Amino acid sequence: MGQNEFVKLIAPFKDKVFRLAKRLLISSEEAEDATQEVLIKLWSRNKNLDDFNNIEAFAMTMTKNYCLDQLKSKRAGNLQIVHNDFANNEPSSEKIVEDNDSLDWVEKIINQLPVQQRLIIQFRDVEQYEFEEIAKILDMNETAIRVALSRARKTVREYMIKAHSYGIK
Amino acid sequence: MESNKIETLLEKYFRGETSIAEENQLRDYFSSPNVSPNLEQYKPIFGYLALAKEQNFEQEIVLKSKKRNLAWLSIAASVVVLLGIGTYSYFNYYNINQNQDLGTYDDPEIAFRETQKALSMLSTHLNTGIESVQYIQEYENSKNLIFKQQ
Repeated sequence: MGQNEFVKLIAPFKDKVFRLAKRLLISSEEAEDATQEVLIKLWSRNKNLDDFNNIEAFAMTMTKNYCLDQLKSKRAGNLQIVHNDFANNEPSSEKIVEDNDSLDWVEKIINQLPVQQRLIIQFRDVEQYEFEEIAKILDMNETAIRVALSRARKTVREYMIKAHSYGIK
Repeated sequence: MESNKIETLLEKYFRGETSIAEENQLRDYFSSPNVSPNLEQYKPIFGYLALAKEQNFEQEIVLKSKKRNLAWLSIAASVVVLLGIGTYSYFNYYNINQNQDLGTYDDPEIAFRETQKALSMLSTHLNTGIESVQYIQEYENSKNLIFKQQ
């Protein structure tokens, strides 16, 4: 497989890889690095890439694992503050998210969820994967995913209702 | 719109039981301008989720891994070092072989002559050495003048 072919192959999901990395790592720069790293890893396996019948799911699993490793080493290196300090300075859609205060709120709440729930929210509510696909990526059963998803959504709702009633009172 | 239907959908949504189609229905409803006021607080959630999907990876994809280059570099370096050590020790070995000539003779007569020559050379050198210390005897004489011997 040539480079051009490979780039075409990953085009449909490279943004998803980036968004997932950003959901987990928060900082855009880190997410960009992670995306490059994952794509390089995919590229280095490109000879037996055809064996994986669902490359997108495979890439998602790789991204997830890579980011979790990254978080682990960051925590060990005590560098977590970096994420909060340098979080967002990306243009366009992200800017819009930031400009809108209540949307910003939602992002903050979601990013405070436990990693597992964050992953599931990202896959289901942002990327709109079917439960079956999420189950494959996360290696969990669908019921557990539904339970975690429900819990995550309810947490977000709780915070939003609180924020909303603060607004009124 | 039928806000009752939306409310039941929302309930399902928070139980994690909605399908993708139903979730899209909810998204459409909350992105429309006429959201019922008692559901207003859910608007940002769906607004954010829709927006979050818009972020794209803008960087150019770099497919050359730096790590692999480093690996090749180290292999090349170790080959060079090995070659260096190899040639060095090879030439050293060669030189040692060249210096194996100890000046031995096969014919006993020549050997005898050569040995005599070598020994006489040694004795002349030894004699010149002794001559140069002869004057020490002078010290001995003057010492005997001062300290009377008994």
